[in-house]
Amino acid sequence: MTEKVKIDVRNLTVGYGDYVLLHDAEYQVKQGDVFIIMGGSGCGKSSMLRVLTGLIPPLKGSVVIDGTDIANASMEEVQKIRTKSGILYQSGALFSSMTLAENIMLPLQQYTDYSPATIRELASLKLALVGLTGFDDFYPSEISGGMKKRAGLARALALDPDIVYFDEPSAGLDPISSHNLDDLILEINQSLGTTIVVVTHELASIFAIGNNSIFLDAETKTILARGNPKELLKNPPNEAVYKFLTRGEGK
Amino acid sequence: MLTVLKHQKNNVQVVVQNNAAKIILSGDVLECDSDNIVQQVQKFSAENLKSISFEAQTLEKWDSSLLVILYETLRVAQANGINVNMSDLPQNLQDLMKLAFADDRKPTHDDSQFSWLESLGKKIIDLWETISQVCKFLGKTTVSVGKFLSGQSIMRGVDFYSALNDCGPKALAIVSLISFLVGLILAFVGAVQLQTFGAQIYVASLVTIGMCRIMGAIMVGIIMAGRTGSSYAATIGTMQVNEELDALQTMGMPATDFLVLPRLLALVLAMPILTMLSDIMGMIGGAFIGVFMMQIPYQEYWKYAFDAFTLKNFLVGIFHGFCFGIIIALCGCYSGLHCGRNADSVGLATTKSVVCAIVWMIVVTGIITIICQELGL
Repeated sequence: MTEKVKIDVRNLTVGYGDYVLLHDAEYQVKQGDVFIIMGGSGCGKSSMLRVLTGLIPPLKGSVVIDGTDIANASMEEVQKIRTKSGILYQSGALFSSMTLAENIMLPLQQYTDYSPATIRELASLKLALVGLTGFDDFYPSEISGGMKKRAGLARALALDPDIVYFDEPSAGLDPISSHNLDDLILEINQSLGTTIVVVTHELASIFAIGNNSIFLDAETKTILARGNPKELLKNPPNEAVYKFLTRGEGK
Repeated sequence: MLTVLKHQKNNVQVVVQNNAAKIILSGDVLECDSDNIVQQVQKFSAENLKSISFEAQTLEKWDSSLLVILYETLRVAQANGINVNMSDLPQNLQDLMKLAFADDRKPTHDDSQFSWLESLGKKIIDLWETISQVCKFLGKTTVSVGKFLSGQSIMRGVDFYSALNDCGPKALAIVSLISFLVGLILAFVGAVQLQTFGAQIYVASLVTIGMCRIMGAIMVGIIMAGRTGSSYAATIGTMQVNEELDALQTMGMPATDFLVLPRLLALVLAMPILTMLSDIMGMIGGAFIGVFMMQIPYQEYWKYAFDAFTLKNFLVGIFHGFCFGIIIALCGCYSGLHCGRNADSVGLATTKSVVCAIVWMIVVTGIITIICQELGL
């Protein structure tokens, strides 16, 4: 049985104005993948994520998500795709004027017809799923960085998305919190069947969760390698990838 | 030819002989005048120098000033094709120089310089983009207001009440104080001049007309631009830095509905009321001077003040307040929404919001004045 392609990136050029970060990128993310976008600083990982989520338009090429090319789609179509996607930002990006529960309730109030009581229960459930039971009425400023990320993840999961994007999930976390977040990502992937796209350069996370990946190179502005990160480490296609995956040891 | 440059204080000597320079380092090389030595090396390099070597067997302590000498010497040598022999330098210094010149650690960036024509073109493009952004922002805000009026807005009531509380009750004290003082100053300045004609009683009319017609609204506008408009820019700008605006966008929630609309409505509602308060406080400030300093009887002062009060002037002032509310909210929110992603940008957005609001308030005041003149108001 062929696996369904969730994201199909064709001939994609990413950049800002005349400044090209990455050109002619082509890759596919299959349903249920934990797909890693990796590479050194400044190679365009986060910009790639911004293109995938429709925050910035590509300079060229197409990003087809569930059959819709978001680069050429109408606002309504993009909106439809967005409601099926969740994003966990580097900082959690929780709305500081709202409690954790209110943060999660926001997309539910906007896009569902549930009663206020059900929405409140759903918010509590999502918080419980990420290990934040009882933190409903806490404000983001009252919790730790790791908890903020978990709460951000709970909000990303609010609408039961098909795809969840993670932007540097381990950034700013201690090794244990980072490991716990990796476990949580895998649990969500396995128990909910959610496709996961992670932008990271954290090697421990890459090897722990990724089953498919691309390696972006800042120098050539291309994708230098693709495949399972563990396989890439065993059979590195080039020196740059091997250096990255071995923390600069080289052959 | 043998040239010896001694820097005894710092134990650095530059010896030049037969187109070869030797830099001799001895003892402690601390806090030395690296610039002077580098200049000498540059001078010799321009005079057909072929090689540079070092002697450092007796070198003991050193600091970053020695590293500067080495780094700049190597740069000069590289630029002029001069051979450099570092083998006599201590290994740690050699390693540091290798690290400083390592090619693979240099970030790749575009060094291209713009010509004046390109810069001009870039500025025109930037201006066009700004105009386009402003138009988009105004369009989206208009749509949000339309959605609100037709009951389809996603604006949260709690955000509106919070914004209203912030720009209403919490602003009463500062608006009252400043308006009282402005009325007082207006009366004082006017009274001094009117007294020379024995017409000090007209200070009541001067203050009443001045405050009600324009000064009350202008003072409230300036206070609120500095107090509330800047706060809008800083709050929304910080949300930009924290990626909260990205989160809103990816959740499909228009920032204009969610962030701009409650603030706009709150200010539009609060500003006319604050303008009324400012008018009253300004008149009280004027009365303070009139009654206590100019010795005008209390009843007489207020009689003249009420005689000078007209509904027309009052409504023109309130209309100013209404327009200023829109301007302050839009400038504050626009600056916040188009803020960059670092702390500096938040400061810049805050400044821009205040400057922009005050400039536009003055422009709009001019426009309203001309319209009122034409309409005979």
